[in-house]
Amino acid sequence: MDTPIIPVAGGMEAGLDRTPATAGRGTYLETLHSWVVTVDHKRLGMLYIGLALLFLLVGGFEVLLIRIQLFVPHNTFVSAGTFNRMFTMHGTTMVFLVGMPILFGFGNYLVPLMIGARDMAFPRLNAFSFWISAFGGLLLYYSFIGGVGLFGTGSAPDVAWFAYAPLTERAFSPGHSVDYWAVAIFASGIGSIGTSINIIATAFSMRCKGMTLMRMPLLPWLYVTTSFLVLLAVGPLTAAQAMLLIDRYLGGHFFDTQAGGSAILWAHFFWIFGHPEVYVLVLPPFGFANEIIPVFSRKAIFGYPAMMAASVGIGFVSLTVWAHHMFTIGMTSFGNLFFTLSTMVVSIPTGIKTFNWLATIWGGKVRFETPMLFSIAFLFQWVIAGLTGIMLSVSPWNWQLHNSYFVVAHFHYVLVGAILFMIFAAFYYWYPKMTGRMLNERLGKWHFWLMVIGFHMTFDVMHFPGLLGMPRQIFTYEPDRGWTTLNQIVSVGALFQAIATLVFVYNLIDSYFHGDTAGPDPWDAWTLEWSTPSPPPVYNFAVDPEVASRRPLWDLKHPEDPDGPYE
Amino acid sequence: MHPSKFWDKDKKEGQVKSPFSVRQLVAAPGMWVSTCVGAAANPSTSTFSSLSTPAREVYGLSLFVLAITGMIFFSVSCLLVYALVHFRARPDDETEPPQVFGSVNIELAWTIIPILTLVVLFLGTARVLFSIQDARKPASALDVTVVGHQFWWEFRYPQYNVVTANELHLPLSSAEAQQPTFMKLTSADVMHSFWVPQLAGKTDLLPNRVNEMWIDPLKPGLYLGQCAQFCGIEHAKMLLRIYVDEPEQFKNWIAEQQQKQPEIKDQQAADEGQPNPKIDERQSPLPPNSPATRINTANESAVVPQGTNAHDGQLVFEHQACINCHTVAGTIADGRFGPDLTHLMSRSTLAAGVVSNTPDQLNAWISAPDKIKPGSLMPNMHLTDRQNAQITAYLLTLK
Repeated sequence: MDTPIIPVAGGMEAGLDRTPATAGRGTYLETLHSWVVTVDHKRLGMLYIGLALLFLLVGGFEVLLIRIQLFVPHNTFVSAGTFNRMFTMHGTTMVFLVGMPILFGFGNYLVPLMIGARDMAFPRLNAFSFWISAFGGLLLYYSFIGGVGLFGTGSAPDVAWFAYAPLTERAFSPGHSVDYWAVAIFASGIGSIGTSINIIATAFSMRCKGMTLMRMPLLPWLYVTTSFLVLLAVGPLTAAQAMLLIDRYLGGHFFDTQAGGSAILWAHFFWIFGHPEVYVLVLPPFGFANEIIPVFSRKAIFGYPAMMAASVGIGFVSLTVWAHHMFTIGMTSFGNLFFTLSTMVVSIPTGIKTFNWLATIWGGKVRFETPMLFSIAFLFQWVIAGLTGIMLSVSPWNWQLHNSYFVVAHFHYVLVGAILFMIFAAFYYWYPKMTGRMLNERLGKWHFWLMVIGFHMTFDVMHFPGLLGMPRQIFTYEPDRGWTTLNQIVSVGALFQAIATLVFVYNLIDSYFHGDTAGPDPWDAWTLEWSTPSPPPVYNFAVDPEVASRRPLWDLKHPEDPDGPYE
Repeated sequence: MHPSKFWDKDKKEGQVKSPFSVRQLVAAPGMWVSTCVGAAANPSTSTFSSLSTPAREVYGLSLFVLAITGMIFFSVSCLLVYALVHFRARPDDETEPPQVFGSVNIELAWTIIPILTLVVLFLGTARVLFSIQDARKPASALDVTVVGHQFWWEFRYPQYNVVTANELHLPLSSAEAQQPTFMKLTSADVMHSFWVPQLAGKTDLLPNRVNEMWIDPLKPGLYLGQCAQFCGIEHAKMLLRIYVDEPEQFKNWIAEQQQKQPEIKDQQAADEGQPNPKIDERQSPLPPNSPATRINTANESAVVPQGTNAHDGQLVFEHQACINCHTVAGTIADGRFGPDLTHLMSRSTLAAGVVSNTPDQLNAWISAPDKIKPGSLMPNMHLTDRQNAQITAYLLTLK
């Protein structure tokens, strides 16, 4: 089949790849070898995504055990120790082994393509970052078998994902499970920093001809912001892990309160990482929304400069809010007030983004395909997550809500309702680019509706046990508290989400073999990645592209009405 | 019987279904606008049925914030739904809509309006924040020191020299006679958090640090709460009970708690026929060594066989490692690692609220703490059944 030729703005003819699609298949071992030694940003992106999907299933399985245990009060389905391990591993897995890798995966894949580059700035650093992150993940999970220490306790870590000191000190957590936790995060942190440096260098130095920073699509912009946040935030976390290991093995007393150390010190270190981390996870999905919502509304993004400024603004403000996780820890009233204010300030740039998405839809012609469905759900859920975030920023109310199921509901609204929903949208949107096949639209709709029903059953209802006084991280609860029915609805919702995820995974596998052929530009989109074949060749672009606006493909498709004059 | 038992009729082991849960579920959506309801008769952990000034102020603030955020949600959702319905793609319409790239005025509007909203929210928050956190401590205030332990609560009343565990007794603070309780909170091991939703928000307990909070319960009754900061394996079973007593009741309770238990030599004397008023008269009006007394003691429990006597129990208790961790004021037992047992029988639950304080449960707890609360730091001492029964009999005398 002849590949279509798209002339690139500037009159140069660059079409798409004219070399044969495959240079002949290798043996199984050769293929495997080529994936292990690859430094291609697209393959590494897919490796990241594959790894993250694997851990998504594992983390999902862990949470199902949690939800079964909480189905009735005084349940003995799993022991207290197992339950504590499950929620520790669920949290650590979902943040460090699902969220970060899957977003870095998409970033790896998309950033060079969207800025018209042939690879990342440092391909071998890229490979190193992936493998060290994967190593961190395997190390964490090895703790299930290797974590039994000299003292005969523990397998996986059971100190909660924020691992507050001094519970993690040797006096309270003998054995090696905490060591595995610390070293695993240490390792994956190195990977994250490597990838961040790579993304920043790529976006700043490898943009194609004509792509000024103000013409760079918003997705790379958000990845740049995220990467700066990773550089600033992961450092303290890595330092804290080193300090913890020094405490545990070299007689340090940073967090060892029995020897004069400070428990609050750990909390500060952790949340100086932990809160920017939330934005590290949510900014790339904002980037997905910035690409998907305009394409399916058939309109340019509303207020590009404001969107960009808001993203960078969120990045800056998010560095000043960490202690809103610590309103109950005993800060002074002025301390509490400061973090109330800084937290509320985040909602201003966030609000700008939300209103700009709304304005992008306004006046458009909205197509309701699966990527857009997930994006619409994202918009509603993001608004709710933001508003419960404002509630939590009100420090006196936070004294009641902190560490309750209300907080759990709030941050799952962010992590699932916003981030995971946009990740699903991104899968439906870019899977055709990555594989050359469309995802099945009918299964996609099943996935979407099951997910929406399950999500709202689980996380809407989950606010209420929190308001009724249910703390998080408890392996069981008393029958007389009025939490039982609510927990049962939550658990049933979790089952819906599990089924939805399985439908999705089936769709991913089945469509790879039987999906409709996608072609280079199935969504009639406007950014550079859609100008190459699907999947793109190793070198991405046969000829270096040259752009004259933020939407180079719009210019090509509408030569009579190019974007340039309006920007 | 201790007055606390009056409110405490809910404890039935293995009870799964509670009429309360259904009621709460039905009430849940309405809760957003519900007003304070007196829930003292029905112990509740709802943050919206506040019965103390700090909790009430937070509750009022929460309604204010809910109103504002509710309006934001309503208006944004309406706009979004309208946009999605009105601007949906019509079939067979292949044309592109007009491209709009932005509008500085509109964007300024939706920057400034949220800023103004936040100023209002922030000022409302600041008022409540200072009014609670920087409240002055009146001279009439009761001091309580709360020490968190894995996995139980130690309560000290420095003004009265009273120490107890897991069940905090506080005086009512009425409008006429204000007696708020000012608490200092710290931890003996890891982080914990003190949370009784009807009385106040939570405050963390940290080792090497003292935090403060205050409450002024406005209704007598039982208040429930639990540890709200993950503190290890039995975090879920670190429950809190607060009994708010009328001032008179509270004084009596303090007076009872201040009494010491008799020395063992008094008991030996008692065995030799000299009645010890402190222990035996409270147990029974009969002479201490009469068979009827022993049967009375035994009848309290099937696990304490006839002929078991509290005095033997005290001997076992004091000759085992029990006293390394537990205090019984007035005796040689002065361990500080575990809960103070001086007036164990005045408490309605064992093991930080996990089981009710009956002779059977007490015996089961002593025999195998790990069965009732796996991971509890109280070890199984591997005593004989007879020794366990004797200790139980002894502890039953610690009224």
